[in-house]
Amino acid sequence: MIEILEPSIVTLNVNGVDRKVTVKPSDTLLFTLRNELGLTGAKPGCENGDCGACTVLVDGWPIKSCLMLTVEALGKNILTVEGLKNTTIQKAFVENFSFQCGYCTSGFLMVCHALATVQPDANEAVIEEWLQSNICRCTGYEEIGNAIKSTLNQINTMQG
Amino acid sequence: MSDTKQIGVTTVRKEAWDKVTGAAKYTGDTITTGTFHGKILTSTCAHGLIKSLNIEKAKRSKGVQAIITGEYLPALTGSIIKDHPPIARNKVRYFGEPVALVVANTEQEASMGVNLIEVEYEPLPVVNSISDALKPNATLVHEHLGTYYCPDATVYPKAHTNMADQVKIRKGNIELGWAESEIVVETTINLPGSDHLSIETRVAKAEILPSGIVNIYTSSQGPFAVKEEISKNYQIPEGNVVVHTPLVGGGFGGKAAIQLEPLVYLASFAVGGKMVVLSMTREEDIMTSPSKISTEGIIKLGATKEGIIKALECVYYVDCGAYTDTGPRMAKSIAIDCSGPYNIENILCDSISVYTNHGYSTSFRGFGHTASTFGIERAIEKLAKKLNMDPFDIRMKNAITEGNTSPTQEKITFSNAGNLVACMQKLKEIINWDEGNIRQTEKGTIIAKGISSFWKTSNSPTNASSGVILTLNDDGSLNLNFGAVEIGPGMKTTAAQILAERLKMDISSIHVFMDVNTQLSPKHWKTVASMTTFMIGNAVLGAANDFISQLKEIGGIALECSQDELEVANQKVFISHRPDIFISFKDLVHGYQYTSGMSIYGQIIAKGSYIMSRLTPLDRETGKGKPAVSWTVGAQAVEIEYNPKYYSYRLLRAASVIDAGKVINPKAARGVVMGGMSMGLGIATREEFIYDPKAVLSNTSLRTYKLLRFGENPKYAVEFVETPQIDGPFGARGVAEHGILGIPAAFANAISLAADDEFNDLPVSHETIWKKKTGGKYDTL
Repeated sequence: MIEILEPSIVTLNVNGVDRKVTVKPSDTLLFTLRNELGLTGAKPGCENGDCGACTVLVDGWPIKSCLMLTVEALGKNILTVEGLKNTTIQKAFVENFSFQCGYCTSGFLMVCHALATVQPDANEAVIEEWLQSNICRCTGYEEIGNAIKSTLNQINTMQG
Repeated sequence: MSDTKQIGVTTVRKEAWDKVTGAAKYTGDTITTGTFHGKILTSTCAHGLIKSLNIEKAKRSKGVQAIITGEYLPALTGSIIKDHPPIARNKVRYFGEPVALVVANTEQEASMGVNLIEVEYEPLPVVNSISDALKPNATLVHEHLGTYYCPDATVYPKAHTNMADQVKIRKGNIELGWAESEIVVETTINLPGSDHLSIETRVAKAEILPSGIVNIYTSSQGPFAVKEEISKNYQIPEGNVVVHTPLVGGGFGGKAAIQLEPLVYLASFAVGGKMVVLSMTREEDIMTSPSKISTEGIIKLGATKEGIIKALECVYYVDCGAYTDTGPRMAKSIAIDCSGPYNIENILCDSISVYTNHGYSTSFRGFGHTASTFGIERAIEKLAKKLNMDPFDIRMKNAITEGNTSPTQEKITFSNAGNLVACMQKLKEIINWDEGNIRQTEKGTIIAKGISSFWKTSNSPTNASSGVILTLNDDGSLNLNFGAVEIGPGMKTTAAQILAERLKMDISSIHVFMDVNTQLSPKHWKTVASMTTFMIGNAVLGAANDFISQLKEIGGIALECSQDELEVANQKVFISHRPDIFISFKDLVHGYQYTSGMSIYGQIIAKGSYIMSRLTPLDRETGKGKPAVSWTVGAQAVEIEYNPKYYSYRLLRAASVIDAGKVINPKAARGVVMGGMSMGLGIATREEFIYDPKAVLSNTSLRTYKLLRFGENPKYAVEFVETPQIDGPFGARGVAEHGILGIPAAFANAISLAADDEFNDLPVSHETIWKKKTGGKYDTL
């Protein structure tokens, strides 16, 4: 077990790379990603777990990084939006105009990317359940729905 | 214009890939070491005297650099009425108002400092509603209202009252209107306050350099307004204030207000000019920063038996909260368009702005028109019911058209307003109106449709202007620079499309300066009022024309021919009848070089500017005047499924048809309209500020302030009619706010029909229906 009682240097695996960072026990993962590692794709929107703008993947699952302490993420694989490279879901977001201001986009992308990986055969109800975790204020959500559906279709066609 | 290549073609926004990779930078994303952090102590009391404020303990707290209170460089702010101290002084007027600002090395240390400040209030009676504000001998929110300076000369605050302004419309002869009316209806409406809820909370930073330059970084819709306000309030030469605004994470009007900028300026001043950042938490963004007005209205309509509207008498009360900001201007907007897009010859309207002890308000998408639309549309619905007329027919009969006049007595044309009848006809098809607007399903639920028309005009200062600068790169590509902020709708890309179209070139060779820097970018009034495409677009066309004439001048020398023979396309200047004889942009960047090596002309720098012309203030007694250049009209519908057993409903479909003049970027335009509709459904079904009896706002987080989430949205249909606005760029008119306008009314019309009751108070939740239908009595399960 790791015990961290004061600011300490720890190793965090982010986007496939081990990064040494200084953390205080109270630092949230969101804070460390943004302020220590300069990965500002994850956004603070409420810092209360309500809006999902800070969503990253921890061992492949969407986590609101404002609700996780950095020390809880030690030894896990963290994927942020900066780690997505030319993925189907990013292209789908661009093609479907699934964002306007772009502030909630990183969070939605991470949820969608995880869904496409974890449950590519998701039906409407499952998609809805997953994407209700995040809030978008600019779009009508339909555009985001179109992006995830086209992504899942593409994956299923390739696999089928 | 049907053979155009760039206009009317869906174009991926310029910054799209930055936004899907986390590379896009917003104000809070530039994190610099050595920056101090500010934290606000907010008032826990909605109205009270500050009896004591003890900052001694906090001053000694670890990491604290400075604490400022209302006594520090006091100055009142406000774009209409200077009534607002950035930090409360002597008294607090709303729950959440800044009382002190702690500056410390870190955010945590600043928060700890805030917790150590001791403040004691002597509570005063609260003004907790519009009726509280207007009753005789009401408690005054501002005792010195009569003494405030009003930067806007057309606002009339009434001393010793809570009335900030009153706008009057007197058109035609209202007595005659009533005499001609065979039927009269009256409707009372109520739209509560609510929040913009941009996902990016407000954030601002400031530093003061030894040279005297004040750098302000802010998530603002009005960086040029910030520059002006900071300069005036703190006596800094305006050129010394440089405001930087990168991408903004949603605005919806809420970031047009100036709030954090004076605070960070003061904070930086207090610590010797070092950079100080102030970033609002969600709770602060809701309770401390400005929000949407609440509105009450009484609307009386008179009509003939055939359903021709003859008279409209209405009064609207706008609750601005503790400070006016742009509240009185929204009240004015309600008045100038109070008839909705209907031809009404006799109008009497009063629109009154009042102060209360609620959070203060600022511009919100629709700028008052959601309320005025709700008022007129609910009244028309009642009229239709009373006359036993089809809701569609009554609207068609009264639809405004060329030759009619507006409430401010401006002449309506197809160019300056669009074609409402065409919008309504299209809507009718989309929503299959002819199959009927109500039916019962086999499950026992009721499917009902409601419709609404709308119109909106801007209500800008009569000298609102825009500018554009074009420069060339050595590769022959262009830089497009203007001062509108990319808050989301994609206007930076729209402007590039307009430029590409005019220059007949590929949009990929147009680079848009995505940020705004008030020192580099030409002034743009504010990124508000759905006017950006119109204003910037016209300035872009001006700059393109300037660019073309410079190119032709220099091209005539290079190609040894008359300028009149030249054309510009595909980044080349060529002889129109011999396109093979040309010179490329890249060879003209620095002027023209003769074969001898000698050069002439120098860099090509083109400019364009636009100002809305011939606007006038309104006459104080009649409201006659020209507040804006144009309207946008449209029609909307909402279809719901109502379950009478549980008083619950589902949103099935929502549709909009808007006369956009010319759609420049179709997918982007549809998206922005859909987003507006989504926000309208939020206002219709759930969003509202709830104040307790002491005027304390009780829903300040996203747990208690509920928004529409994924899957709760209906199926959307968005269509456009294109009646060109002659003075718009390629005929385009504004559409960015409009999706919101008629949705609450259409929804209320649908639910009122389905539940067979009148729903005139928003939002209409399942609980409201249950209360209304049962009187709030619990049923046995």
